[in-house]
Amino acid sequence: MFEYAPAPESREIVDLRPSYGLFIDGEFTEGSGPAFKTVNPATEETLAEVACASADDVDRAVRAARKAFGGWSGLPGSERAKYLFRIARIIQERARELAVLESLDNGKPIRESRDVDLPLVAAHFFYYAGWADKLQYAGFGTKPLGVAGQVIPWNFPLLMLAWKVAPALACGNTVVLKPAETTPLTALLFADICRQAELPPGVVNIVTGAGETGAAVVAHPEVDKVAFTGSTEVGRLIARTVAGTGKKVTLELGGKAANIVFDDAPIDQAVEGIVNGIFFNQGHVCCAGSRLLVQESVQEELLAALKRRLGTLRLGDPLDKNTDIGAINSAEQLARIRSLSETGESEGAERWSPACELPERGFWFPPTLFTGVAQSHTIAREEIFGPVLSVLTFRTPAEAVEKANNTPYGLSAGVWTEKGSRILWMAERLRAGVVWANTFNKFDPASPFGGYKESGYGREGGLHGLEAYLDV
Amino acid sequence: MSVATTPLADVASSEAALRAFLHGLPGVDRVGADQRAAMLGTRSIKTTAKARAIDLAISMVDLTTLEGADTRGKVRAMCAKALRPGGDASRVAAVCVYPDLVAVAAEALRGSGVKVASVATAFPSGRSSLDVKVADTAFAVAAGADEIDMVIDRGAFLSGDYLKVYEEIVAVKAACGEAHLKVILETGELVTYDNVRRASWLAMLAGADFIKTSTGKVSPAATLPVTLIMLEAVRDFRDRTGRQVGVKPAGGIRTTKDAIKNLVLVQETAGADWLTPDWFRLGASSLLNDLLMQREKLATGRYAGPDYFTLD
Repeated sequence: MFEYAPAPESREIVDLRPSYGLFIDGEFTEGSGPAFKTVNPATEETLAEVACASADDVDRAVRAARKAFGGWSGLPGSERAKYLFRIARIIQERARELAVLESLDNGKPIRESRDVDLPLVAAHFFYYAGWADKLQYAGFGTKPLGVAGQVIPWNFPLLMLAWKVAPALACGNTVVLKPAETTPLTALLFADICRQAELPPGVVNIVTGAGETGAAVVAHPEVDKVAFTGSTEVGRLIARTVAGTGKKVTLELGGKAANIVFDDAPIDQAVEGIVNGIFFNQGHVCCAGSRLLVQESVQEELLAALKRRLGTLRLGDPLDKNTDIGAINSAEQLARIRSLSETGESEGAERWSPACELPERGFWFPPTLFTGVAQSHTIAREEIFGPVLSVLTFRTPAEAVEKANNTPYGLSAGVWTEKGSRILWMAERLRAGVVWANTFNKFDPASPFGGYKESGYGREGGLHGLEAYLDV
Repeated sequence: MSVATTPLADVASSEAALRAFLHGLPGVDRVGADQRAAMLGTRSIKTTAKARAIDLAISMVDLTTLEGADTRGKVRAMCAKALRPGGDASRVAAVCVYPDLVAVAAEALRGSGVKVASVATAFPSGRSSLDVKVADTAFAVAAGADEIDMVIDRGAFLSGDYLKVYEEIVAVKAACGEAHLKVILETGELVTYDNVRRASWLAMLAGADFIKTSTGKVSPAATLPVTLIMLEAVRDFRDRTGRQVGVKPAGGIRTTKDAIKNLVLVQETAGADWLTPDWFRLGASSLLNDLLMQREKLATGRYAGPDYFTLD
């Protein structure tokens, strides 16, 4: 046995300022709302003070975006592409700085921000840069919508920014983006990158704040398009706000995905896929495989292998390069995970976690498994958005489909089997925007992503992602 | 000696039973296995952990020379290196030579604790009769080999003649007597990960004490995903039968980084029980000097030139 010595990524590379303003019309400006603090969830240390945008500030940002829209949309696509390529390259050059800042502000392991988030962020900008001068071949016309109001969550702060900003700009729209209250810092660093890339002022505006700021962005009459990623609850509010206004909306909401393992699955890789499905990013993933549906005949073997594997997960300092599980993003989210886990226990499911020491300070939750879960249990129905897996069983493929689809959500699903025909049979019947076969949580900018039912509407990524930002 | 009382006792009773068993093992998804091995390859092993890993790796090396040009002099020099690799580094696990040089190595290493391993069974291709293979093995054992590294008949394996492969291993194992048997799968010729898993189980069922990736004569040799799959196999085999089998990746492991990645793989797949020279070996030659160089660097904070490390 050899213990891994601490291998922390240095935070020297990040030049944290004590306070940050709003980014409007190419300048950092004061906000008129009460400034708020953003903390490192792994230590509860305050990282910086961040300006809060009031409705007036949002109005300023939207007017700046409106003013910039004519010039930006009037540029030839090939010129817009140059800016996007430039942004993509700067992101790659500053990837380590962005990754460290993302892990500091969000709590996710540096291994994930370095190896997953940042490469995907750059890839998204490169991908949509390529579309900017080829819109006439996409089939949605070439006319942009105008000003896009975009509200993004805290689980993948920079990646969700990329998913929203890259296609919007490629299509000729300008943007007012509201990052999540608990994770505003990488968006503000992105604002700096926009300046470095000499993006014309007003094309990208970033307004920080809490729910009211987001509501002001969504409700602003000069906003032509609303894009939101977050909870189904807030998604409903937004749909209500924009109903009847003529604003175009895309919503990417919650999920309760089934990861379905058949008895002929490649077991060792299925175990990895289950771990990656629910413990990646502490389970703060809308498409997380939070329900494991395992064929009853292989349940015992699979659970034994899964438990053994969970015993090797390394929880701790997000900046340590060997950390697998980082911190829960906020005290509020931790409380929700705890409460739902308690409900799971009280409703009769059996709770299990590997021996796992939690740091004293910060927000932490151990990787947790519930067995003996039935469809009627709360933890099988509600999105927990944490490192908590509910294990259910099935007997036949038809039953697996029935249980997988028996949820108000429909964002993603996973199928594990060595039988190709069964994969196709399942994929045809699963009501989910993404169906992964023998893998999970795999993303690519060329592949569209989005939900059925209460998981939202519209698609982001790929050719389909252009439709949301063009006047079809 | 423990007699097979496990549910696996009958799986080699017929060609059909053996085939059914091997094809009933869970499949291996190549993309997933590659991804897992690559992820484990990103573990950052620094400072004290690195020092510990380097010492562990040195103690696991099977220092190897398998050339047509090998001579008594060459083997004696390598044995000297095996006993005193350099500085205060511990001796290596074993030296590995061709059968006709076993006696030379055995004499040079007598009483040192460093084992003498010999390849056998018409190494590296395995293309001869069973009688010749058994005689080859018996010759090496008689000359003083503590360990026999045999090759499986890949042709028989790939044509589905599993029972032939099984019976050959059983026969060679019998010829080994007290010597430990390492079974070389030559994974570069088996190609698919499903084959690697099946061949691993086949070798373990037939009595292998160790399973070994490669002869070093075929590329690719010991890749991380292949070693991962073999580590999963020995882990699962012990769960099923209670018997622990060792793993030896060989060929292509040249740097300290490669060696440490292998140790991480062991630790996070089979577990710490395998992290000793009794259960994990690294078949290599040039690796040893890189380990010594990195060891020196950790101790002194600077790299010594290559001339400070002996070439034998």
